[in-house]
Amino acid sequence: MNIGSFSRKESLSTARSTFVKIALGSAFALAVGAGAAIVASRGGGPDSKNAALVQKPPPTNWTVHVRKPESAPKVLTGGTDFAGHPVAVNCSTCHATTTPNTNLRSGAELTTFHQGLSYKHGDLSCVSCHNSGNYDTLRLADGTALEFTEVMQLCGQCHGPQARDYRNGAHGGMTGHWDLTRGPRHRNNCVDCHDPHAPQYPKVMPVFKPRDGKPNPSTHKTP
Amino acid sequence: MRCNSTGNCDGGCGSVSRRTALKAVGVTLGAAAFAKAMAPMTEWAPTVSLDEFLQKHYKELSPEEMQAVIQRLEKETRDQYGADVSIGDVKAQEGVQFAYALNLSICVGCRKCAEACHKENNHDRASQNSYIRVLEMQKGSIDLEKGNAHYDHPVPQRDKYYMPVQCQQCEKPPCVDVCPVEATWKEKDSIVVVDYNWCIGCRYCEAACPYHARRFNWTKPEISKEEINPVQSYLSNRIRPQGVMEKCTFCLHRTRQGRLPACLEACPTGARVFGNLLDPKSEIRWVLENKRVFVLKEELGTRPRFYYFFDK
Repeated sequence: MNIGSFSRKESLSTARSTFVKIALGSAFALAVGAGAAIVASRGGGPDSKNAALVQKPPPTNWTVHVRKPESAPKVLTGGTDFAGHPVAVNCSTCHATTTPNTNLRSGAELTTFHQGLSYKHGDLSCVSCHNSGNYDTLRLADGTALEFTEVMQLCGQCHGPQARDYRNGAHGGMTGHWDLTRGPRHRNNCVDCHDPHAPQYPKVMPVFKPRDGKPNPSTHKTP
Repeated sequence: MRCNSTGNCDGGCGSVSRRTALKAVGVTLGAAAFAKAMAPMTEWAPTVSLDEFLQKHYKELSPEEMQAVIQRLEKETRDQYGADVSIGDVKAQEGVQFAYALNLSICVGCRKCAEACHKENNHDRASQNSYIRVLEMQKGSIDLEKGNAHYDHPVPQRDKYYMPVQCQQCEKPPCVDVCPVEATWKEKDSIVVVDYNWCIGCRYCEAACPYHARRFNWTKPEISKEEINPVQSYLSNRIRPQGVMEKCTFCLHRTRQGRLPACLEACPTGARVFGNLLDPKSEIRWVLENKRVFVLKEELGTRPRFYYFFDK
């Protein structure tokens, strides 16, 4: 407020009373304004909340897709059908008529089929995991049949710590989103990386040998 | 010597006074020194456009100015590399603090993470640069300086373990403290970033980082246009100019959109765990609460946001 704009002719008291009037007036105006603002915000409360809800729906979580084996495995017979396609049969095609050998622990002991199977998985026998009642399924430790697609449940019986870490996202490769409100995630299953008959992760040659920022000598000539 | 007001000398000197002569010499020397000091500008000017020279610090750019900068950078990439790229400026999300954990019992040392980083972040192809260095470590030792990054044999070796090291996104980053021009700073989602257009390339930060996590662009990066990752961000994987520092940004152009970093997606064993520290249900929180995690060079007080752990 510019008091200096008052005329010099005005008495001090007049100036002061004017000043007080203006001050009171502006204080009143401020109070009314604030009150109106509060009323407006109260009145607009539910509406604005509704608007926010409409604009921003509660986050829906995307799914974590765990890859599954497509089906029970098929075995190539070596023959071809009339169209020239190789013929693959279910396990039960042969195993329905053979007697299960519950002591068998390696393909090397066999005289027909599966001899080449490299096996290195503890001291398990074939029928520890394969269901001798129906070879198109697997067998849990309690004897329950289990579809091949659910193989992770079978592995998890013995490999508890790994199964626990897997469930908590700390084991096994994945792609996609860390934030499941913004996109899905895709995860491998046990047998994507571990051969069930020889599960130790295989040795690999490392890729991408570092050059410490130096250019490739084969493409760059040093003076 | 004294001169009177008309400029005539009392002591019979020549037409030019000594004072004037000294002044002339001083002016000449000053002008020469100024010209010499400015000489680099004349050589340097053609490589840097006026817009780039006058560009403000990242934090001072208005949204419109940022748009203009991005358009200029996209045009430069098209002109210099022949590639159509889109450069974004993804901001930090509220309520997110990124952290990374790495299971040293699972890592086999295949270096696929380093390769994925190289491709994702548009690194120079000739020097095969990457933000990740995988160290082959002797079992029983944790001495980083004894790790070998140049192993070239089938992995994992029986008596070794493998430790990928990248930017630890420290809570107290020494690299940020030493930057003389504030070209690098910690964002509110815990990622330490560099404004490549503000960096003067003094490499103090490279020297200050105890994890050897920062890299210098000695040359202008060479990448064929087919190999350029066109999804880019101003603070992360856009192609860097020559003479500036660069570093891992936890792939902020991906992770700030909710995606996993490229090194994690490339990991075949699942040794890497990434997520939001503030989300109690996140995988990273589960690891911190259930595994015996440690950080590298804890005694330095850098408080890394990158945790390591062993399973057995």
